[in-house]
Parts: sequence; structure tokens; C-alpha cells
Amino acid sequence: MPGNGTQFPLAQTKQGSAPTHCYTKQGWGRTHCYTRQGWCRTLTNRVESMATVLRWFLPLAVIQTVVVLVVWATWRPFLLQRSGDGRVDVEPSFRMGETVAKVNRLFATRWAQAGLAPAAPAPQLQILRRLSLALYGTVPALEEIRRFEADRGPDRLARWVEGMLRDRRFSEYFAERLARSYVGVDGGDFVVYRRDRFVEWLTEALAENRRYDEIVREMIADRGLWTGSPSTNFITAALVMGELEEEKLAGRVFRAFLGQRADCAQCHDHPFSDWKQSQFEGVAAFFGQTRLSLGVFDHTEVDGQPVEFEVLDQKSGEQRQVSPQVPFHDEWLPADGTRRARLAAWVTHLEQRRFDRSIVNRVWGLLFGKPYLQPVDDLPDPEALATEDLLDILAVDFRDQGRDLRQLILAMVLSRPFLLDSQHAADQVPVDQGAAAAGDGEADHLLEEWALFPLTRLRPEQVIGAMLQASSVGTIDRRSHLIVRTLRLLRESEFLQEYGDLGEDELEVHPGTIPQALLRMNGELSNSLSQASPFSSAGRVLTVSMDDETLVENCFLLCLTRRPPTALKAVFVEQLRGQNSEQRKETIEDLVWSLFNSEPFAWNH
Amino acid sequence: MTETLSGLTVAGRSRRNLLGTLAGGCLPFALPPLLGQQRAQRGAQRPTSLILLWLAGGASQLETWDPHPGTAAGGETQAIPTRIPDLLISDLYPQLAEQIDALSVIRSLVSQEGDHERATYFVKTGYRPVPALKHPAVGATLARMLPENAVAIPRHVSLGSSPWPARGGFFGPAYDAFKVYAPGRSIPNMRASVRGVRQDRRLKNLEILSREFRQQRQRQVAATQHREMVARALRMMDSEQLQAFEIADESLALRDRYGDTDFGRGCLVARRLVERGVRAIEVTLGGFDSHVNNFAVHRARAGVLDPAFAALIRDLRERDLLDSTLVLCIGEFGRTPSINPLEGRDHWPTGFSCVVGGGGLRAGVVIGQTDPEGKQKQPRDPIHVPDLYATLFQRLGLDPHHEVVSPIGRPIRLSEGEPIARLLGTS
Repeated sequence: MPGNGTQFPLAQTKQGSAPTHCYTKQGWGRTHCYTRQGWCRTLTNRVESMATVLRWFLPLAVIQTVVVLVVWATWRPFLLQRSGDGRVDVEPSFRMGETVAKVNRLFATRWAQAGLAPAAPAPQLQILRRLSLALYGTVPALEEIRRFEADRGPDRLARWVEGMLRDRRFSEYFAERLARSYVGVDGGDFVVYRRDRFVEWLTEALAENRRYDEIVREMIADRGLWTGSPSTNFITAALVMGELEEEKLAGRVFRAFLGQRADCAQCHDHPFSDWKQSQFEGVAAFFGQTRLSLGVFDHTEVDGQPVEFEVLDQKSGEQRQVSPQVPFHDEWLPADGTRRARLAAWVTHLEQRRFDRSIVNRVWGLLFGKPYLQPVDDLPDPEALATEDLLDILAVDFRDQGRDLRQLILAMVLSRPFLLDSQHAADQVPVDQGAAAAGDGEADHLLEEWALFPLTRLRPEQVIGAMLQASSVGTIDRRSHLIVRTLRLLRESEFLQEYGDLGEDELEVHPGTIPQALLRMNGELSNSLSQASPFSSAGRVLTVSMDDETLVENCFLLCLTRRPPTALKAVFVEQLRGQNSEQRKETIEDLVWSLFNSEPFAWNH
Repeated sequence: MTETLSGLTVAGRSRRNLLGTLAGGCLPFALPPLLGQQRAQRGAQRPTSLILLWLAGGASQLETWDPHPGTAAGGETQAIPTRIPDLLISDLYPQLAEQIDALSVIRSLVSQEGDHERATYFVKTGYRPVPALKHPAVGATLARMLPENAVAIPRHVSLGSSPWPARGGFFGPAYDAFKVYAPGRSIPNMRASVRGVRQDRRLKNLEILSREFRQQRQRQVAATQHREMVARALRMMDSEQLQAFEIADESLALRDRYGDTDFGRGCLVARRLVERGVRAIEVTLGGFDSHVNNFAVHRARAGVLDPAFAALIRDLRERDLLDSTLVLCIGEFGRTPSINPLEGRDHWPTGFSCVVGGGGLRAGVVIGQTDPEGKQKQPRDPIHVPDLYATLFQRLGLDPHHEVVSPIGRPIRLSEGEPIARLLGTS
């Protein structure tokens, strides 16, 4: 007899026998009873039918719900447009509106002086695509496009940028981009160097929106183990054959934080600029007391002997002691602290114009695809500038607003040059290849003055990021299924290797290559991504698009973040006319392949 | 003459010319069809190519070309005589011993780089890695500096799996080696996934999309060279010269001689590419990083390297191609004379060996000597890696001291070394 039962009399048993005592279980209790005769139905027929209903209906209901959910998920990106508000609710924090005004005034004056009419404002979706490529390294997902279009609130763009800057995809992507200038991409010493931990740390710092100078100070001066204090990997990245190369660190400090290539001065006085070998060595000496033991630490003495930085004098062939010394403004150098901490304070000093100008130029490069001044890490000495230039305007306000990278990015993308179209009436005469490369047309002039948004080649990680995102209707981010993310990671690294990663020189401008064209056209990945399977976007737009026009439009939105103009759309709609389902599938696969290989896909515009 | 890459100005050339060159000529792909007689050319009249046999991981000099049997440093490896009088090499290379008289041996290479990645950079470019600049690998320099010879396939090729294949450095990614991971089996991305009408439709679509995108972006889009790259890629896919990457039409006997391995097939493909006029080919054999069980590791590697290397030299000789083909067999460093407790040898950048020859270099020369006991770190008659490359450049008709102005505005010589007169036959 089951325990815990409650005994009570019942009117009737199924067999119609006399009322008997019956035990119910808690919960299910009142439907099944146990009698001394065995199992029996004890409640009314109504109850019995309810049980049957439950037994059959429940699994069916579950299946039905799943089906509904799947269909809804599939359709959601397509439906959002109609269902109204996809508004991003972000507490606005933008404080650099005045900077935007200043930047706009600067360019307006320049354009007027040069007699240039800037390009028209770019369509909003095109700007969304630029933002997504710059901040996430991918094109926007179809569902993001739908939400963006449905958002009718005021200051849509500013709110969206703020939302994007708070997205994990931004901190992960930007951390990798910035890390390249801090530690490069080389594997380094596998025992003491953990690049992955460094990038994770930087990602966290960006996600928390820490002050930029604070991040840099930690990199230069932090102590501890490369795993527990990941910022110290900035130091251990400079380990060569088990020895810390102080000169390598000095070179990094100059390039990454001051925007100056002083490396040549490691061996001799710089031939073209004012850098002296002694200045370079003086900065290297700030790392002269740094030692690796169980972590990165600084020692003023070892075994009772003072630790000093020594270099091999190339003339005398003998070791020569070098004291730490900064190349200018030694009044910015604090008296106390470890040598590294003092250097960190000097590099990030509030009056250190080079520090702010250099990050401004780099971020500009990451947003526009090419830095304001090339090369990104070799800027002219600011003292030599006659007037305040664009970098100064942004740099000063960046500093005054608490060296807040998000504010800086917002200011740049809300300024006019970022919002301009890449098309211009001055660039409508067809040119043959030779003529295009030569001469000085008005288009070149517009580009030089940032009066036209530049076409820049997508970097390898953007190409693969865009292909993977375009082949999926939903957003691929942290919330995506683990399999999707792992697959993305694997495919990404494989593709990057084959496509040719430029490493820390990724902001240099190079033409594309034939192997890259071959990989895009015939590579296993681009082909599998353009296939119309039930799980790919090509397959899904095929099944959910109401008509051929919408189908073609959806393909364009997925790949190029825009709708085709009527005439262009008509060409592809015509291709679909009268086709059976198998033919339609092939036509769409071919269209998606062509979009992947087209100029508007491979070039940021 | 001094060239500038960064400012897009070249002494004696206009910007237009240079851009024209960048757009077409200088890329390691040339458009005109191969002249019929070029393939038939033999002997020293042919333009010279370079085959680099790369021993990734750092092969032990003691188990290859510089054995010291009977000493503590030498370990169990024995030495055998070769066709060069007085030259003994490791007994793991009996086939090469028969062919090595066409080549020379350097046993005293010195470098300061003992980390795989940095040392690979150094030995492939002739320059130590510096943060401000990426140097081009020697093959990239050849692809850029040597006069064009009409080939529709890449002029700089890397065969086999390599952790750090040769890069174009400051010459740009267009000079990166074209990578073929499984030589003789498949060429990556060379076959369109659809054929006939569908491929036609795809290409037609591409043209339609491009035309629309060019509106009011004519100059900008033309400058991207996107269409040219696609057109060249398509031409390459159709090129008869792609057959050079395949080995099916070689006799079974010859394929057997090279060995049924990726490296063996790579060496055979390298010969076929040389015949087509490809200027620089690297074939990689990995797995030499013998920190553990050094002798077993090298025995296994020699089983692959010996037949392939020997077959390549014999094949080049028999086809009268050796005088126009430089062959260099080298890795990023050598291995310690001392044997560690795990029967392994560790990294050793001082006093390692290479085999070099062909292309009109003097054969049968043996340079340098290491301490048989392994106590003396520095070898006798040390040779710096840049000297080796200065020698190759000289042989190829390039002035090793020719300066190219790098993107940071600093003039860089093709090589900072001095040619080795003993190999050039000038001493």
C-alpha cells in the first residue's frame, strides 16, 4: 500500500462495486486511486477523459509550441519591420556634442576653402553597415536591420552607437584590434606570454569603459603573474630567447602610445626625425629594473648589487650603463614610484599631446578603414604644427572628457565625414584602369579632404565576419549557440590564415591579391555559406519571402545591408521568373555568391 | 636606383607609371601567355629560379651534413663518404651522398635567433625581426625584383604545410607565397564550385553588381582593382600552366624516386614549376624539433628528405635544369651538440649547416667547421645568413646592395651581407 495516502470514501468504483477506501497520492492525487482490488479508475468519466487529454495533448502541445517558436524565430527578422518599434533604449551619455560641432566647422571651412562640395549624407543603412564593420567586424544581421528600421525614436543613430558600444561584440573586437598595436600577433614565449589572457583583460577593460590612460598605465607598470595580472603580458611579449628586450618595449611605447616610430634610434640617431639614440636608450632604461621571476617585478638591487640598465656600445664594443631619461618634458615625470610607473605617468600625462593624438589617429583608422594620418604610428611632431589640426581638436576634448574611448568613437561617427556618402557626382565619368590609377581628379581631392567617405578594403577578419553573419539571419554574438560560436571561431582562424592576416600592420593600405579572390570565389567556406540549406540565410529567405521582389531584397539586405534600386532588383527578379523550386534555389545561391564576391561586399563604403 | 614604396614616387618614374606597375607588372602574376620555347629552354640560358627546401623546426647539423661520429656530441649517428672527396655526411642520407657533388655545404652558419618564429623570420628574410618593419622573404624579393617571365601562375609558391610560410613583407601581400598545402594532390581554390550556365550567371551577376556600384564611384572603384583581381584569378583557373601543380602525368618510377610523401611530391612539383618559369618555390618538411628522441626523429625525417632531395637533384641534372636552378636546403637553426636527458637536442643557432648549389654556383665546396667535441661554440670560418643571400642575389644578377626604400622611409638593402666568393667561383 502506498504510503502518505489520505483515506476517504468514494461513491463509485469503475466496476460499480461498493464504495471502497482508496489512497491518493499527493499531487496527482485525485485522479488515480489504489483500492484493495488493484488499480482502478476512481473519479468520474470527465476526470478520466481529462487524463487522456493530458496524456496525448501535452506532448502534442509541446511539439506544437516548439514548431510555433521555430517559425516565429525564423520569421521574426522578417516581421519586425511591420510590428513597429525596434527601439534601442539606451541612457544617452554623449558628452562631446561640442566636439562634433568643432570638427564639422573645421571640415566646412576646409571644404569651402578648397572649393569642394562634399558628398551627400549617406543612407542610414549604409552608416549602420559601416558602424557594424568598424565596431563588430561584421555586417549587421537582418534582425538588426529590421530593428534599426523600426526604431522611430529621436537620435536613432546616437542611441544605436551607444548600444553597440555597450555590446560585448564591440569590446571583444576592439580589444583584438588594439592589442595588435600593443603586443603584435606573434606567439612569443609560450611559457611566460599569454596573449589570450591579455586580450581578455583588454576586452574586460573596454567592457567596463575604463579610462584609456588608466589602461595604458596598467600595461606599462603592472606587476605580477602573466596569468593573474594579464596586463603584464605587455612586458612578457618583449621576451626574446628568455631575456627581456628593453629596447623592444621602448619601441612599443613610442609607437603604440606616442605615435612615433623611434625604433631606428635603437641603433643610431634617427635619420629623418629628431630622435637620438640616447633618447631611445633613456626610455628603454625605464624597463631596466624589470625582472621575470614568478611574475613581472622590479628590483632596484639583486644580491646587494644595484640593478642598472646596460647596453652594448657599438663603437667601443663595451657595456655602457644608461640611466632612465625621457626625451622631453621631464617635469612630467613623477619623482616617486617604480621606474615603469614613472614612465607610465609621463606617457599618459595630461599635457602629453602625442598620447591623445596617437589614439585618436588609430581609432579614426579603425572607424574609417584608414587612419587620418599615415602611417598610423608615425605622426609628425605636434610642436611643429602651425595650427590645431583635426587630431588636436579630438585629442584635447578626448582628454578633457576623461579619456573615454566610447565618447571618442561617438564623436567621430557623429561627425560629418563619417556620415557622408561614398558616391559623388564628381566621380561619374567611367575610367579605364590606367587612367584611374593616374592623375589627380576631383575625386582624389575630395578623398584627401575627407569630403567623400573612402572605399577601403575589408580586412580579412571583416570579410569572414561579414560572410558568416550574412549567411545567418539572426545575430551571431555571445548569446548564439555554442556550436555556432565555435564554428565561427574555427572557420575564422582558418580563413584568416589563408586570406593573409596583416597582423599589427593591418591599417596599412594594400591592394587585394589573386589568392584572396580565389579564396572568396572558390573557397570551401564561401561556397558552403552561399548554399541555400534549411539553416542558411539563403535557404531561409527562399522559404519565407512573400514574393520574388522581397526575396531579392532580402538577399541584398543580408549581404550588402541595403535594398537594390528598382532597375537592379528587376534584373534578378527576372531571373526567377517561371522557375521551379530547384531552379529558384540555384538562382538564389548564385545571387548570394555574386554578392559575396562583389565590390560593395568586399569594400567598406 | 632607389625605389620608394611609401610616397609612391620612384626616381625616374612618374606616379602613373608606378601605379601602373603596381596594378599589373610587379605582381607575382603575369598575364601574357607563356612563350612556347621558354619551357623547352635548358641549360644556363634559362632564367634562374630558386628552390628552398625548408627544414622546419631546425634540423640537427650532426644528423645531417656535419656528423661527428665517435664523439660525445656526435651520438649514435655515423658518417658516410660522398661523391665530394673528403666530405662525410650522416649515414641517414645515402642517396644524397650520391648527388651532393652538384652542391656545396656550409657547416658554419651563425645566427642570434634561437626562437622558432624569430629564427624563421631571420633565415627566410636575412634580417632579424624588428618591430617597425616587416622584411620580405627572399622568394618575395625575387618575385618582385627579377625581370618578368610570362607565367599565369604565381611566381612565388610555398608547397607543404608550414607554420610561417614566406611573406611579402613591405612589398605587400601580393608577394606572399602562394600556398599549396597538399602538393601534387590539390591546388586550393582553383576549381569553381558550379559550372556552365551557373558559373556564367554568377560572373554576369558580378558584372551587373559592379556596374551599379561604380555609379558615381568610378575612380574609387577602379582604384580598388577588384575586377582585375577577379579577372586574373579566372584566367589562372583556366590556365594550362596549372598542370605544373599536378604530377599525374609523371612516370610512376619517377614519383617513386621522390617518395610517396607530401614533401616528395612537393619537390617534384617544384621541379615542374621551375620548368614553367616560377621564380621562387619553398618546399617545407616539418618535424625536426627534436627536443626528445633526437635520433629517432631524424631517422624518420631522413627517410623522407633523403629520397626527395636526391631525386630532385638527379632530376634537375637529367633535364639540364640544374644550371638554372638554385637549390638551398636549410632550417631556422641547428641543434645542440650536447644531448639532453631525454635523448634530445635543443636549439642551436651557432654553427649550423645548409646545403646550397645549382644555378651556376660552384659545386663541391665545403665551408666551415664545428668543434667535434661541441665545446667550442663558435664554428671556424663563420658564415652569416645574410652573406648566403647576398651570394644568391649576386648569382641571380641582382646587386645585393641595391636599396629599396621601405614604407617607413628607410632604405633597405636586398641583403646586408657580402657575397661568398668561394661559392661564386670568383676566388
